Amino acid sequence: MKKKLLSIILSAAMAATVLSGCQAAATGTAAPADDQAAEEATEAEAAEEGEAEAPAADSAGGKVYYLNFKPEADEQWQSLAKSYTDETGVPVTVVTAASGEYETTLQSEIAKSEAPTMFQVNGPVGLKNWVDYCYDLTGSDIVSNLSSEDFELKGEGGEIYGIAYVIESYGIITNKTLLEKAGYTPDDIKSFDDLKKVAEDITARKDELGFAAFSSAGMDSSSDWRFKTHLANLPIYFEYQEDGISSTDAIKGSYLDNYKNIFDLYINNSTCDPAELSAKTADDSRNEFLNGEAVFYQNGSWEYTALSEKFSDDELMMIPIYVGAGDEAKQGLCTGTENYWCVNAEASEEDIAATLAFMNWCVTSDTGLTMMTDGTEELGGMGFALPFTTAPEPKNVFVKQDQEYTKAGNKPVSWNFTTMPSEEWKNGVGSALTAYAAGSGSWDDVVTAFVDGWATEYALSN
Amino acid sequence: MNRSIKKYWPLFVLPTLTAFAIGFIWPFVWGIFLSFCKFTTVKKIKIVGLANYTKIFSDSSFVDALKFTSVFSIVSTILINVLAFTVALLLIRGIKGTNIFRTVFFMPNLIGGIVLGYIWQILLNGLLSKWELPLLALNEKYGFIGLLVLMSWQQIGYMMIIYIAGLQNVSSDIIEAAKIDGAGSFQTLFKVQIPMVMPSITICTFLTLTNSFKLFDQNLSLTGGEPAKKTQMLALNIYETYYSRSGAQWKGIGQAKAVVFFLLVVVISLIQLKITRSREVQA
Repeated sequence: MKKKLLSIILSAAMAATVLSGCQAAATGTAAPADDQAAEEATEAEAAEEGEAEAPAADSAGGKVYYLNFKPEADEQWQSLAKSYTDETGVPVTVVTAASGEYETTLQSEIAKSEAPTMFQVNGPVGLKNWVDYCYDLTGSDIVSNLSSEDFELKGEGGEIYGIAYVIESYGIITNKTLLEKAGYTPDDIKSFDDLKKVAEDITARKDELGFAAFSSAGMDSSSDWRFKTHLANLPIYFEYQEDGISSTDAIKGSYLDNYKNIFDLYINNSTCDPAELSAKTADDSRNEFLNGEAVFYQNGSWEYTALSEKFSDDELMMIPIYVGAGDEAKQGLCTGTENYWCVNAEASEEDIAATLAFMNWCVTSDTGLTMMTDGTEELGGMGFALPFTTAPEPKNVFVKQDQEYTKAGNKPVSWNFTTMPSEEWKNGVGSALTAYAAGSGSWDDVVTAFVDGWATEYALSN
Repeated sequence: MNRSIKKYWPLFVLPTLTAFAIGFIWPFVWGIFLSFCKFTTVKKIKIVGLANYTKIFSDSSFVDALKFTSVFSIVSTILINVLAFTVALLLIRGIKGTNIFRTVFFMPNLIGGIVLGYIWQILLNGLLSKWELPLLALNEKYGFIGLLVLMSWQQIGYMMIIYIAGLQNVSSDIIEAAKIDGAGSFQTLFKVQIPMVMPSITICTFLTLTNSFKLFDQNLSLTGGEPAKKTQMLALNIYETYYSRSGAQWKGIGQAKAVVFFLLVVVISLIQLKITRSREVQA
């Protein structure tokens, strides 16, 4: 009997320790019921308030949670969040996803009870994944501040689900000093034929000059997007122009020969042997340009911060990527965006109102604008060109150049890679390009991945 | 005491069972349920029935990955076990420095797969570019060999430890008796030692087979499936279905692939267990 009692006590003691663990969980599961009641209460309140002072949504009591896409701008966003909270008292949290991890982070964050109220998608294809979570921004202040309707990301019914908040340009970044050393001026390059002539001449005199024409066209995953996405935009752009369309379910590949020509030019007049490209990273390529080993470097206006540490504004310029198609004399830089702000439609009304107010503040207040463009003495800004009527004059030399090109009557090449059917398609083209560069694959494989891959992927995504 | 154990066993099982239910059963049931749904996040789901399963084969990548994975699993299971057993045989002879050798061989197993993958990628690419051969990301043959080298290097030490334990358990009486009966060293090995360590062989083949079949980190970091998915294994294929395709429907398809993958692993390991178990002997 005593033994039995002992064993009962022992098991009771054990059960107690175990169940105390469960208890926390039990209250945890019980909580949603309370939450729900509370939520209903606030909703009722919100509804009343809404009736009382409609339509001006009240942002008091709301909070903002921004899931930031750009790791390089994290510091600036944290400082903006702090300034906003200091100014208005509205709590702002900014979390930055690791490079290349945005989709996965967003996916897990948005399922949480404290979900991001503000996030971003990369264009029409990205919107497809998130359309159910996007709040219709029609009629909000930030939309009225946009400098053009082109920067609205619209749903099928004309709802504005996202707005572009940064405009970027890419092209062939050129080291003017080296170009002059090779005996040319920027004015000598006005078409693909000129570019080819200059590049091949530099390659022929590589040993004498001590530098190559192009920095390495690295096909490592840190760098291959420059070719499988950005460079691939050009054949897509010219085909869309020719056919008068803005997206397609089956690409014809009418300008793939031009794509081949420019890619050949890159890999054959580069700092390294084409067979080594598969392992070259984005840093390798940038460092070659920084060290003066190459005259040309295909990349975008976002590189300005890194490049301006070494070069003065007079030494740098960006020329359009000429591929020998269209009216080359009137071709501008590739200018567009793949960054669209969206507001989480699942968030509470106060949070949505607070988020809209925060977004608008970022692009209208001095503090917001300074941080998003050139920054302050202590902290460099994000260096964006903003698509808003409120935006100040930019300092970024590439952005300025884009404006000059446009002013001179050149037509910017729009960013059509946001219509590429999927990441999978880009990866397919990337692999084929890598193999082609190394000589282990043929150009036909690239064409197959480009044309057939597009149709397959488009069918699979829709 | 025995009686009270019989009576109160549920209480003793409870802690582990709770952890198991929260950490395994619940996500597992959820996972299976999600494979019948279209969803972007687990908060908003739409049941679509078997549609996801019919779309698994809408592109050939899953079947290609299955082929590559099967070939890889077979080759690596044989290679790892044969080498591990050989090393174990050498290290039970009591040669000088046995303990140091055992430790050194075991150590690669302590490093994580992702790190190993990147280290070996640099090593192998260095070698390949020196010999002027195409790099890992360009040639599936070298990718395959690279994966084999990496996995063998990582797993041989672990399997070796299990084999050593098994071989040391073979009583010296039996071996001596075999010798007296005139058995040579090969006969002793194949007729006495191997049948006696069959339980170790069962566990080692089980571990290597399932590990190779489920391989993910090493595959991701060493080749990333390049060139053109030719070295992509099943786990990586599922991951890419889930994350690199656009459209909400792909999450469900990825989930369905994962369920099929799970069933494959279960069936294969059950068959393997049955085969090796039937060869175990009692001394």
